[in-house]
Amino acid sequence: MGAEFVQLSLTPILIGILASIACALPGNFLILRKQALIGDAISHVVLPGIVVAFLVTGVVSTWPMMIGAAGAALIAVVLIEAIKRLGKIEPGAAMGVVFTALFAFGVLLLEQSDTRQVHLDVEHALYGNLESLIWLSADGWHSLLDATALAGLPPELPRLAGVTLLIGALTLIFWRPLKITTFDEAFGQALGLPTAFIGFALVAVAAVAAVAAFDAVGSIIVIAMFICPPAAARLMTNRLEVQVALSVLFATISAILGYVLAGYGPLWFGGVHAVSAAGMIATVSGIILALACLFAPHRARIGATGP
Amino acid sequence: MPDAFLAALMLQAGYNAALVAIGAGLLGFAAGASGTFLFLRKRALVSDAVAHATLPGVGIAFMVMVWLGGDGRNLVGLLVGSAITAGIGLVLVEWIARRTRLAEDAAIGAVLSVFFGFGIVLLTIIQTMPRGRQAGLEGFLLGSTAGMLFVDAIIIAVGGALAVATVYLFRRPMTLVAFDPGFATSLGVNVRSIDLLMMGLVMAVTVIGLKLVGLILIVALLIIPPVTARFWTERTAHVIWIAGALGGIAGYTGAALSASAPNLPTGPLIVLIAFGLFVASLMFAPGRGVAAAIIRHRRFQLRVHRRQGLLALARGEQIFDGLTLKVLRRAGLIRPDRVATEAGIAQAAKVSRDESRWEIARQVYRDEAISGRYDGLTSIEEVLTQDEIAELDRHLGPPSIIARTP
Repeated sequence: MGAEFVQLSLTPILIGILASIACALPGNFLILRKQALIGDAISHVVLPGIVVAFLVTGVVSTWPMMIGAAGAALIAVVLIEAIKRLGKIEPGAAMGVVFTALFAFGVLLLEQSDTRQVHLDVEHALYGNLESLIWLSADGWHSLLDATALAGLPPELPRLAGVTLLIGALTLIFWRPLKITTFDEAFGQALGLPTAFIGFALVAVAAVAAVAAFDAVGSIIVIAMFICPPAAARLMTNRLEVQVALSVLFATISAILGYVLAGYGPLWFGGVHAVSAAGMIATVSGIILALACLFAPHRARIGATGP
Repeated sequence: MPDAFLAALMLQAGYNAALVAIGAGLLGFAAGASGTFLFLRKRALVSDAVAHATLPGVGIAFMVMVWLGGDGRNLVGLLVGSAITAGIGLVLVEWIARRTRLAEDAAIGAVLSVFFGFGIVLLTIIQTMPRGRQAGLEGFLLGSTAGMLFVDAIIIAVGGALAVATVYLFRRPMTLVAFDPGFATSLGVNVRSIDLLMMGLVMAVTVIGLKLVGLILIVALLIIPPVTARFWTERTAHVIWIAGALGGIAGYTGAALSASAPNLPTGPLIVLIAFGLFVASLMFAPGRGVAAAIIRHRRFQLRVHRRQGLLALARGEQIFDGLTLKVLRRAGLIRPDRVATEAGIAQAAKVSRDESRWEIARQVYRDEAISGRYDGLTSIEEVLTQDEIAELDRHLGPPSIIARTP
């Protein structure tokens, strides 16, 4: 755990943790509202967003792409709503129509445009590049106090830290209205809460989390973290406070364990190459969920038969 | 390019391209038809979990085949592997949704992301294998027709045809189960096995479509055509075949278009054509389309304005509303200076009389079947007989004179 760890593994692990928490926090409410697949839809439509941003600006830079991705997410949400209302189509099917079409559009645009010189491809969008977010200017733990070394941090780290803090703060500030409208929308309305707006704001926050995390870690982690840690936490407790806290814990464990297994696991089995960290983090979160499904104290549906 | 596209459409763009186009057409037909049952059961997104769950199977099958000494790229072997993990994914979705308190959407999302993530882990392992670099398994993510072998095209075409045949044979029990499982049970249909068959079909379509459309987009072929077909008909039997036809058209033209120029990936093109058909239907389908709804609304609006305008004429009130004035003027019921014409006075008298008759009728006939028909637009002659109206008129007295005021 020396200089090499700080240089090569510390920042990817931190970024993985932050991305996981940023997605898991809104995921808790999305799952309770039966909107779990919104995260899936958003992470698909991010692709056309960044491709369009790249075609407009001509460079691969972060802010235009974040704006493009956020714009695409917004368009997708509006389109899903429009198709649901105009065509009287059930939400799942409307979502399926929109995100596949937008994703297909993104892929086509990518193939048609000349992106060979730049690092922009579908694989990158899917599984990100967590392993490459290393901290080259560090040479040990003491670099954490060294201003020049800190300046060399991968920019994804402060950005994700900011987004995660923002989402955490929003969750705390709007805790009561969120909780009330999630469990009993009618009661929320009776209290005079803007329920429709809260629902939309939640999706918007989820989109921000997805876009910020997507940039660093790719869409697999995003989808997995929206669902697996909150779902596992949901099976552990009946209290929302505990559920959210547990989901953060599970997200953190998934990120750390997944990264370590991906980086060092193959070496233990005699391999020489690391495997995809993003894929491994998603896998670990799935294992946690599987354990929760089998053994968690509150796994059963109320009134369900069975053990 | 138009020439090349036409040539591809007419199957003149080479043997392989023609096979791919036919295969894509059959696949699209099978996907549209079998997706209809999913759509009707409101479980469209289950297919997304199934599709993503194929990836680890592809990876494992490749490794097993290499381990057994093959080169690992045998399509049948890869598809069998993908079908196995897709099946496991499907069972897990159902198990989570039934046995735990998690809802089906959470189960779908969990299975989708975890299986896909694990599949990516396997792909990165394969890339480090000596034979893995040329495996081209990434092609299964978005489909790739570039390196497609003759045998592969045959597999897709035969598989698609088999799926279509299965849909045809079992369309009745599957429709029944999709609409009303309880009723189906009472008729002696084995709901469980029909459900399994339905899901098996979806799985088969997904697996067959892997090579062509890719696992991320295959779900579009299962969802978009049925949703589109629903705009054109109210009858299930028709939805199935219209969805099949739409899927077939999308598959066939998409494949042909992609063969006609470079850098046109097959899968996304097929999906976008399906989406184009969807948008066109959403807008222009008779009955359920947006344009039809707008026209219906406009007609209703004009009738309301005409009626209210005529009532205003009858009462000698000024009309200020622009649309009302326009409607009356167009129909020749008022002159440009807003004075009623002969025809206007006649119609106003009739409408006014109609309104008075309704007023009486609503007091006389207390039952909903008659008084409920009053909406301020329907003429009473459509609801009551001549004798009944004559009866009402005795309460009303003779028609009154309407003055011609501006």
